[in-house]
Amino acid sequence: MTINKIVEGDKMTLILEDRLDTTTAPQLENELKGSLCDIKELILDLNQLDYISSAGLRVLLAAQKQMTKQLGKMEIRNVNETVMEVFEITGFVDIIAIR
Amino acid sequence: MLFERGIDAVEIITVPAKPAALEIVNTFIQEKLQTIDCSKHIRMQLKLAVEEIFVNISSYAYHPGIGQVEVGVLIDSDPPTVTIRFLDQGHPFNPLKQPDADISLSAQDREIGGLGILLVKKTMDQVNYTYENGKNILTIKKEIE
Repeated sequence: MTINKIVEGDKMTLILEDRLDTTTAPQLENELKGSLCDIKELILDLNQLDYISSAGLRVLLAAQKQMTKQLGKMEIRNVNETVMEVFEITGFVDIIAIR
Repeated sequence: MLFERGIDAVEIITVPAKPAALEIVNTFIQEKLQTIDCSKHIRMQLKLAVEEIFVNISSYAYHPGIGQVEVGVLIDSDPPTVTIRFLDQGHPFNPLKQPDADISLSAQDREIGGLGILLVKKTMDQVNYTYENGKNILTIKKEIE
């Protein structure tokens, strides 16, 4: 997976490419661990993300909890049909802001 | 049983029960799917179900020991159907008996467990589990419209 990171002040955008699964989820987890603490607005752009599994959901949920804890907000953008199906089945559409 | 017909057509791969072997299983299954007319959406659903099941087996079935997983694929033409069977000789465990994840909770109260098997149940047409002769046998079936 490729992660492109854009930071503007306390706003961070991560553009995720390819897939977020058992193999690649630790990569995103590490990225977030290192850079989330001073962020007030986290945007995850999934335009180039083809595939997500529960391992990816676990990292997204942890990020959402972390952002709530530090009184910031998180938003997911540009979700394709396959990934959206996973968000719908698991109820993530109700707990994460998806635009 | 799901494999009652065309048993000779079942193609099988045996791999170590380790999450790292997922790529081998994926490649094996995607190769079989290439031989039929199967939409990208269904290929992705099958890939997801295979990942969730395989990672679950390889993380827990033999814990803390080691073992192997046999994955069999059967493609039927009438009606067009893909059947995938996972077989391990680890601890008896029926993933279908576990309570479904509570997807009504808020993000703060959410636990991540149980989402994998929920995804499998919701995206496949059939999911069956049996325990026979010391083997966990989990079978998923998907119609390819």
